Amino acid sequence: MTATSAKGRRTLAKTGLIIGLTLGGLFAGLPVLWMLSTSFKANGEVFQNPPRLTTENFSFDAYTEILGNGAQLRFFLNSYIVAIAVTLLTLLVAVLASYAFSRFTFPFAKTINAVIVSVQAVPPITLVIPYFGLVVALGLYNTYPGLILTHMVFTLPYAIIMMTAYFNTLPKELDESVKVDGGNSWTALWRILVPISVPGLIAVGVYTFMISWNEYLFALALTRTDDMRTVPIGIQLLMGQHSYEWNQMMAMSILGSIPVLVLFLIFQRRFIGGLTSGAVKA
Amino acid sequence: MTSLTVEKPPPAEPEAPTRTTKNLARRLVPFGYLSPTVVLIVVLMVVPIIMVISYSFRDNVIVQENSVFAGFANYTEVLTDPDFTAALKNTFIFITVSMVAHLLLGLAFAMMLNSGLLSGVTKAIFRVVYVLPWLFTIAVIAVIWRLLLDPAGVVNYVLQTLGIVQDGVNWLGDPGSALWVVTFVNIWSGYPFFMISLLAGLQGIPGELYEAASVDGANPWQKFWNVTIPQLRPVIISMAVLDLIWTSQQFALIWMMTGGGPLNSTEMLSTFTYKLAFSEYEFATASASAVIVLLLTMILAFFYVRQQRER
Repeated sequence: MTATSAKGRRTLAKTGLIIGLTLGGLFAGLPVLWMLSTSFKANGEVFQNPPRLTTENFSFDAYTEILGNGAQLRFFLNSYIVAIAVTLLTLLVAVLASYAFSRFTFPFAKTINAVIVSVQAVPPITLVIPYFGLVVALGLYNTYPGLILTHMVFTLPYAIIMMTAYFNTLPKELDESVKVDGGNSWTALWRILVPISVPGLIAVGVYTFMISWNEYLFALALTRTDDMRTVPIGIQLLMGQHSYEWNQMMAMSILGSIPVLVLFLIFQRRFIGGLTSGAVKA
Repeated sequence: MTSLTVEKPPPAEPEAPTRTTKNLARRLVPFGYLSPTVVLIVVLMVVPIIMVISYSFRDNVIVQENSVFAGFANYTEVLTDPDFTAALKNTFIFITVSMVAHLLLGLAFAMMLNSGLLSGVTKAIFRVVYVLPWLFTIAVIAVIWRLLLDPAGVVNYVLQTLGIVQDGVNWLGDPGSALWVVTFVNIWSGYPFFMISLLAGLQGIPGELYEAASVDGANPWQKFWNVTIPQLRPVIISMAVLDLIWTSQQFALIWMMTGGGPLNSTEMLSTFTYKLAFSEYEFATASASAVIVLLLTMILAFFYVRQQRER
């Protein structure tokens, strides 16, 4: 073939690719853009015909309405309390377990690991019924501890798997050097391994936070009063109460998504830099 | 542990017992680190599963004090309920269509993002856009699509303008369309996870394989079928099974978009079970349904594990 036809074919492929990417981008991005635009509209404009992505009456009214409402703010407070507590507890428990899996050989290691992995396959709908019986019996129904505890069934297995993989990438000589100096495994873990694992801990922590922040089924079944509801349930309650105030519902949705969106951007940066950064050099 | 001390009797060594104790203590160290996890797994999984199985064979559970043994009555009730059969059928359609679409969209987007024809910045921007649906909680996704699919909403406007539909269609209120619409929204929200995994898989394929194929005179289509797909096979199979498990567990999306309606047309095993328990307070029957869902999932998980071992 001649050079020009090869070049022509390349241009053609590139054009096709850009068209494909743009169509895909519209499929993925337009609904999100529409949500954003609706949150800045006056409610009367939401279903205007023909629909427009822009508005002349651009306003933050929907946002100030949500942020000025104590009941809505409570949903955010609850979600922050639960998700942060779940993240810290999950990290603590997962670091201890991952240390055992990564640095020790012991009987039943494979069996215990298999059980932890298989937790992920257990359907939440199967667990929510006994959880209801359990949290009522323990007096944890409609409380933070009830939600925090039950969320950990999802967050812990993933955190242990990720953290074990992370510890496995760090050379054993690092923490064993502490033992040569007379320290035990506990000091080796907290003095050496945990400080150099900060990028891994952040990645696992962000993922844990996302799972807890987005959890819906347990938050729905294990709380009763509005002052204990989390953001996903709050969005649903708002939909029931003000099903015609779409601008407020979109504003609430965006406010409820910001923590995860922001964390994801940090997570991406940490993920690329963190996993490869030299542990031995530190 | 004991056999060690018996085989090597340390005669006339006073520190011997302490050494054995130390040895035992050292063996227990990893279990010390694991103990919080083990306690949580027992409290959060082992005990609840025993509880739900026990509930499923009794009557008057949770809401009343004196439960009675009911044998398989709860199971018979669930399995003969036409709503359960409908839920099973809907769940099957929902899972199958979602999985196929997740795989095809994820693969198409991953291959476009992996192309060498574009600059890194362009690809990075599109990657963020493509990942967007994955970053929103299901509650937000349900609300966005309820807005878009409203009879007066923008989806109907576009379809009317293009002449595809006549009047505004009530997508979620029509039993004929509701299942396909919730499946579509599930596809929208779930493909990015496939895309990310497949993109990582594509980047891991050695370039020499494509060079060798070029030397053999393969065209792009042949390279795709004979190099790309075989290399991605392990990722595809793993993702497919995980997606099968996740999609079968999807509750929030259905609950917030249709609540299982209209006329059970979007009822899934999860919403059926939830309604029995928390709307009708039939905890015993709901437990039987939950155990059936668990058994179905265990069958899927079994095939997953077996397939992973075969690799």
